[in-house]
Amino acid sequence: MLEIRNLHVELEEGAKPILKGLDLSVGAGQVHAIMGPNGSGKSTLSYVLAGREGYAVTEGSAHLGDIDLLALEPEERAAAGLFLAFQYPVEIPGVGNMVFLRTALNAQRKARGEPEVSAADFLKLVRQKAQALRIDAEMLKRPVNVGFSGGEKKRNEILQMAVLEPRMCILDETDSGLDVDAMRLVSEGVNALRDQGRAFLVITHYQRLLDHIAPDVVHIMADGRIIKTGGPELALEVERNGYADLLAEAQ
Amino acid sequence: MTLARPNLRAQATEARLQALTLPEGGAWARAARMAALTRLQGLGLPVRRDEYWRFTDPATLTAPAPAPAQPLADDEAPAFAGIDALRLVFVDGRFDAAASDPLALSGVTIERLPDAAARDIHWAQGLYGVLEAEGQHPVARPLAALNTAFATDGVVIHVTGPVARPVHIVQRHEDPSSDALLHHLVKLDPGARLTLLESGPAAARLNSVMEVEVADGAALHHVRTQGRDHQRRTATHVFARLGQGSDFRSFTLTFNGVLTRNEMVVSLTGSDAVAHVAGAAVGDGDFHHDDTVFITHGAEGCESRQVFKKVLRGGATGVFQGKILVKAGAQKTDGYQLSQALLLDESSQFLAKPELEIYADDVKCSHGSTAGAIDETALFYLRSRGVPAREAMDLLTLAFLREALEEIADAALAEDLSARLEGWLARRR
Ligand SMILES: Nc1ncnc2c1ncn2[C@@H]1O[C@H](COP(=O)(O)OP(=O)(O)OP(=O)(O)O)[C@@H](O)[C@H]1O
Ligand SMILES: [Mg+2]
Repeated sequence: MLEIRNLHVELEEGAKPILKGLDLSVGAGQVHAIMGPNGSGKSTLSYVLAGREGYAVTEGSAHLGDIDLLALEPEERAAAGLFLAFQYPVEIPGVGNMVFLRTALNAQRKARGEPEVSAADFLKLVRQKAQALRIDAEMLKRPVNVGFSGGEKKRNEILQMAVLEPRMCILDETDSGLDVDAMRLVSEGVNALRDQGRAFLVITHYQRLLDHIAPDVVHIMADGRIIKTGGPELALEVERNGYADLLAEAQ
Repeated sequence: MTLARPNLRAQATEARLQALTLPEGGAWARAARMAALTRLQGLGLPVRRDEYWRFTDPATLTAPAPAPAQPLADDEAPAFAGIDALRLVFVDGRFDAAASDPLALSGVTIERLPDAAARDIHWAQGLYGVLEAEGQHPVARPLAALNTAFATDGVVIHVTGPVARPVHIVQRHEDPSSDALLHHLVKLDPGARLTLLESGPAAARLNSVMEVEVADGAALHHVRTQGRDHQRRTATHVFARLGQGSDFRSFTLTFNGVLTRNEMVVSLTGSDAVAHVAGAAVGDGDFHHDDTVFITHGAEGCESRQVFKKVLRGGATGVFQGKILVKAGAQKTDGYQLSQALLLDESSQFLAKPELEIYADDVKCSHGSTAGAIDETALFYLRSRGVPAREAMDLLTLAFLREALEEIADAALAEDLSARLEGWLARRR
């Protein structure tokens, strides 16, 4: 589903290298987790895949199925089925949550040549998905993420994912800032979307999320590369011992 | 040897006056016009080096003849088309009786200015040129004095009781060389209420003055849109005097236009009066838009609020000069002022001069002025959800303007103007 080969990325400003030859392959139906020390480049990877400006890809490739992601505009990547749940969801004063979501959904459908969803059907769809995530109607009426608590913002990201139904979901520290109950709701939201046609890349610092969302594969990222790949036991090892041994081993 | 420096102001004033003749009228109107002419001759017309015109060149507004301006051929629905209102139509600054509704509406008397001016005695005598003359201090507004002297048409509205429908002054521009001088009077008796709509563009060049008297406990809601002709030039003045516990709200939406100067001069003379003035302006290229506001708090416990937003693109210029003057004794004043510009590119500019002048000690006044670009982080967030760049820009632009639109106290009117803005964004002008 997602094929990243030898990806080298630097900041456009100052030409500072961040990703230094990253390889990653996530198959359809799979859940992969990425763990790694602060500043190792996890968010950078997610932004580069989503198409944020300010990064220069100097080498390598990233494909979603047979689509060359790096050749597309951010909105085209979204329409092709890529979704990034932001580590820091953005507040947009003046743009209502519902207007935002409906504009996004219909823009994606239009780009794929599908008919737009009517206002009534959309309302039904969002209500149902929001209920599952315990997001109340009042919150949906407010401007995007404005005045939302940290946990509410993260749940709102998952709501967007549930409504947009992407096939490649990247979750950047969606578990940070969630209370125990919200963690369970978010995990249920993710698990409900798990199927053969969809894949997840879950960036996290904690084993706790992985208790709920059992990953198929765990990667350790350090200094812009994947330094180790294993099964769920790798996350447990990080939880117990930290990164020191893994980093030393990779040297 | 010294060369006498040519007096630009005297020359400009002289040239302009030669192109004008005092309209006919009864004794009171004649006297008011002569007094205004004397004021104008004393002040002279504005020139670029005047402090008050530092950011906006008045030359094309004061020139003897207007620069030609083509009316925009367009199929956009007329403004406020869906609002049930009494319509008063002016074409190129001349009243069009056939296109207008009969001037009959319960709770209000409506007359044309020339009809009121022809009478020997009329209540308009107590208002025509009166607020304009008061508004000449402490800052001169010669274009308004010129208007009082030479205005050829307008409406004179006296609100005495409850009014069932809004009054809509519809202004159409058809003649590419029209030069309109309109002067309207609006007088609200104690406790009376009116919604007054205005839509343009009025002419190739428009000089308009509106004098508004809002008596104790009365309320005027004024909402206008200035039309989309690209080459039109407009100078407007609204002079409002507010009585005790009265409420005055004015909102202006401006599209395009090569030059717009909107002056809003509000005097809060009775305690606990409220004045909200707001505007949204969008334009590109040679668009130059100037909001100049002067609010005088002359009584206790009054509230004034200014919210002005501009979206500028492709070399457009936005100007905001806003002053809150709090006189001695105007305790418990609550004054707020916000002016913001969204610059969609680096060639556009916003020039702002916010001012507070306060002579009372128990006062709450704040002002803020900003100019900034589109928020790139928000733009990326929207695009990452599949919203195309252009649509995302429009969403953010509307979001920026929303705070100003929210100042419109009537949902149906706000909806009408908001749809117009969306149309402007979709058409790209
Ligand atoms: N716009 C930027 N300007 C300067 N430095 C940047 C920028 N973006 C990323 N970096 C740097 O790149 C490196 C990787 O950052 P990134 O946010 O990808 O790390 P991360 O793995 O997501 O960290 P964390 O676990 O703390 O979220 C860091 O050293 C960071 O300071
Ligand atoms: Mg990060």
